Amino acid sequence: MLEARDLVCIRGERRLFAGVGFRLEEGELLYLRGKNGAGKTSLLRMLIGLLPPESGSITWRGHAPRSEAFRADLCFLGHANAIKEELTPLENLLESVHLAGESLSEAEALDALEQVGLAGREDLPCKYLSQGQKRRVALARLVHERRPLWVLDEPFVALDSSAVAWLADLIGAHLQRGGAAVLTTHQPVDITAGTQRELQLGA
Amino acid sequence: MNERLINIFRFASPATFYPLAGRMIPWFVALTVLFGAAGLWLGLFVAPTDFQQGEGYRIIFVHVPASWMSMFIYLVMAFWAAVGFTLNTRLSGMMTQALAPTGALMAFLSLWTGALWGKPMWGAWWVWDARLTSELILLFLYIGFIALTSAIDDPRRADKAGGILLLVGVVNIPIIYFSVKWWNTLHQGSSVSLTRSPSMAAIMLWGMLLMALCFWMYSIALALVRVRGIILERERHTDWAKAILSGETAR
Amino acid sequence: MLNIVMAVMRRDLKLAMRRQADMTAVLFFFVIVVSLFPLGIGPEANLLRKLAPGVLWVAALLATMLSLPRLFADDLKDGTLEQLALAPHPLGLVVLGKVLAHWLVSGLPLALLAPILGIQYDLSTDALIVLTATLLLGTPALSGIGAIGAALTLGVRGGGVLLSLLVLPLYIPVLIFGAGAVDATVAGLGAEGHFSLLAALAFASVGFAPWAAAAALKIALE
Repeated sequence: MLEARDLVCIRGERRLFAGVGFRLEEGELLYLRGKNGAGKTSLLRMLIGLLPPESGSITWRGHAPRSEAFRADLCFLGHANAIKEELTPLENLLESVHLAGESLSEAEALDALEQVGLAGREDLPCKYLSQGQKRRVALARLVHERRPLWVLDEPFVALDSSAVAWLADLIGAHLQRGGAAVLTTHQPVDITAGTQRELQLGA
Repeated sequence: MNERLINIFRFASPATFYPLAGRMIPWFVALTVLFGAAGLWLGLFVAPTDFQQGEGYRIIFVHVPASWMSMFIYLVMAFWAAVGFTLNTRLSGMMTQALAPTGALMAFLSLWTGALWGKPMWGAWWVWDARLTSELILLFLYIGFIALTSAIDDPRRADKAGGILLLVGVVNIPIIYFSVKWWNTLHQGSSVSLTRSPSMAAIMLWGMLLMALCFWMYSIALALVRVRGIILERERHTDWAKAILSGETAR
Repeated sequence: MLNIVMAVMRRDLKLAMRRQADMTAVLFFFVIVVSLFPLGIGPEANLLRKLAPGVLWVAALLATMLSLPRLFADDLKDGTLEQLALAPHPLGLVVLGKVLAHWLVSGLPLALLAPILGIQYDLSTDALIVLTATLLLGTPALSGIGAIGAALTLGVRGGGVLLSLLVLPLYIPVLIFGAGAVDATVAGLGAEGHFSLLAALAFASVGFAPWAAAAALKIALE
């Protein structure tokens, strides 16, 4: 499914990594590990097509990361939450799904917000929410997300332990449906479903 | 870099272009001096005094070639930008940045000599003539390009952003020129042309042509010198550049 | 195709409505600049009438400039821009939606405000109508070209000043045809030629500029 070969990354004048490659099949999860500055985020940005690799190739079911076919299969969650402070959690969720070219009914959206523990706060502008709650608004997108490739950058940051467990289950369910996921994380997380693989950068 | 089309891409690689440029520079410098001496000799000593404009007209031997060069260099930069986008060569971006200061200098020179010529002819340093105004806007475009590329730290990103600006600019230049010309005729501004003397002597034309060639060679020589500097700066972490740099400090 | 343009436009308009202070600040800037000129050059009606088209148009250019830096900056900062770039449709269409929304909250109100300010300059009714019409036609071009500048200077040191350096020279044709049309009307000449050229500029910029801006955004996201 997702295959990367001989990736080289140069940022500024520094060579962050070279010769990185892997293969990820359906139902597999790839952890990216490495120290700060090892190039985890750069590798993620290469995988999703924002950063062209210096050399090497990436394919997803035969498509290049910059193609629309690839982007139609991709769900990316970055460092930043991509939510607007002025909008409510419900509006943020619906907008982000619409702009990604998908549809979500209001009932499904409300259900997703309830699952992330934001029941009763659906109509409060996000600027009044805490960091952890804002992160949950961003994560609510994943509840009904059925696109096969998830790329998540530090998804567990700013979450309490129950939310971490909930997200781990969500990712596990995604893997069991035959999806693939790539994620970076600093904390050990227990995801039971699927096959786990690891890629160490800067080793 | 991919190994396809090896004979073309070989010269597009900074490492091979660096010594090649070094070998070419003396030739272009020599040609600059040669054409310049011949052009100035024709322009200042051989060409007759103009019966209307006196000796002052002789500034056209600098003014006209500078104006030509200023426009031509922008086109060349846009060409390199297009090459950079289609073939993804690193050298093209370096070429645009190496050419920009010379282009800005030419536009400035054209404005300055225009003002010097305008004072005795129109009685004012500056008139809102269509050509002078367009030249001024061209200078703004050069300054915008230089400011943008120098404000972006990552050289590859600077090249690409500058390239987009150049392509947008080159599409806009005809529109700007046309609009300024239209504005000028509507407002009945002065539209005295430097080169529209009723019968320009062939000797003047030759002088101007030689000076244009001189400016041409000068621009190429200077661009090569500058591109060598840019190559060294960007490749300073590679082995071949390190060898050159350590050799130079030892000397 | 059209769906995404509309979706982006609706979202940007909704956001603009939630922070109206930004929009009104730009409009007040326009009002203040236009009102300052008579204080600088004296209240003589003939002189003011002659200067009015140029002053109003230059003030409109500057007011537009002021609103441009935030066109993409907020989306870049909160990560929305990445999501937009990763959505499965061309980024150019997203930019087109943003350009149209930008025009609705900056160009359109400027054009509607202009006749009121034109009265300060003793313009005739005909001239006021033409002034509004030229601003309506010309400001989409300002938003379109401005989007390229905003995308190129995204996340760059001193972006705001740099943006004006890049964009103002490109605004010159719009200024010439826009102010020229009002001038021609004041002088009793027809302004049809100006209008068709202005319309051509607006269509060309709104049509092409989003794609150039999209290319610049991809570079900014690398």
